Amino acid sequence: MNSRGLRSQLQDSVPVSGLCPQGAYGVQDSLRSGFTSVKNELLPSHPLELSEKNFQLNQDKMNFSTLRNIQGLHAPLKLQMEFRAARQVQRLPFLRSSNLALDTLRGSDESIGFEDILNDPSQSEVMGEPHMMVEYKLGLL
Amino acid sequence: MALSNVLETPAAGFNFDNAARNAALEGLFDGGQTPKPLKTGTTIAGLVFKDGVVLGADTRATSSEVVADKMCAKIHYISPNIYCCGAGTAADTKKTTEILSSNLTIFSMNSGRNPRVVMAVNILQDMLYRYHGQIGASLILGGVDCTGSHLYTVEPYGDVDKVPYLALGSGDLAALGILEDGFKHDLELEEAKELVRASIHAGIMSDLGSGNNIDICVITKQGVDYIRPYQESEYKDERKMKYKYRPGTTAVLTEKVVPLKLEVVQETVQRMETA
Repeated sequence: MNSRGLRSQLQDSVPVSGLCPQGAYGVQDSLRSGFTSVKNELLPSHPLELSEKNFQLNQDKMNFSTLRNIQGLHAPLKLQMEFRAARQVQRLPFLRSSNLALDTLRGSDESIGFEDILNDPSQSEVMGEPHMMVEYKLGLL
Repeated sequence: MALSNVLETPAAGFNFDNAARNAALEGLFDGGQTPKPLKTGTTIAGLVFKDGVVLGADTRATSSEVVADKMCAKIHYISPNIYCCGAGTAADTKKTTEILSSNLTIFSMNSGRNPRVVMAVNILQDMLYRYHGQIGASLILGGVDCTGSHLYTVEPYGDVDKVPYLALGSGDLAALGILEDGFKHDLELEEAKELVRASIHAGIMSDLGSGNNIDICVITKQGVDYIRPYQESEYKDERKMKYKYRPGTTAVLTEKVVPLKLEVVQETVQRMETA
């Protein structure tokens, strides 16, 4: 893997978690993630990791800017307002929200991709601890 | 399960948690000994004839040096008028074509029309470009729609080409030779089928990764004729013995029957709506 190529992806979208290693009980999981090293935590381990993380965001940005160029400022402005409203309809953090309004606005209720089949959050085997997740969301943690 | 300190639920889609571990393991294994995904090592071919499209494929799936599947189906259904041959990693081609087929079915239910081949090609191109070639699927898409008969090739990085005849896979050089020699525009049905069969046969004879039977799929405006197998291989192995055991091979020593006593406590009848 060419780490120099991956370094070009090192923008401010990779979370730096040097103080809190992943793994159970806060201890570095050597079996699964290898030994601790700053490089491991900063650089993405797979060329697609960053692009997949930001894919929806970049798609939306591209669509909005195309819409602005074709139809003027009001069209994307109004759509973004509707997106913001739809994004607020959510369950508590540890429960799965259906995001039905958001999907309908984006048009992703009529298409199937890998995010509908693989790693479906509604069938996830781990559940977050409810109290901690709500505290994290409210900023009390 | 250990303490799950999850503060955010994991995102849907591909999960890259094990990528670092896999890279480290590959280094340990000294190259070449990690388990490889099942590749099809294929010969697939397609051509456009007078009334439609003919697609052909061999049926061998290999996993390094072992033949994993002798009757692998490489011509996948996309929609009633579009079929797709896939070369590359077997799981990738299968999953990609299934997702494509689902999306086109949703579209045709929404609009009430048969999808066009260009739509399938565009969806595939977007999907494969998004993953920058990590999905190893080289596909030949062929179909007949209201605008005519079309044959497209889609490469793993999202490269698309519209062609009158094509061969892909590890045996493509031999197959392409036969196609280049014999192709003419507006062939008849029987000539087209014979040309595709001969090209797949050349691929099978010259390439270790292709073999066994030949499947042919003919798509015309009237419908689809999926002939599987079109030609069986001459080198089929004959099983000398049967491995099925007759009933009574194992002697029964003792038999004890214990009837379970169940009593009906409550009975409710709920009618199903069969409207």
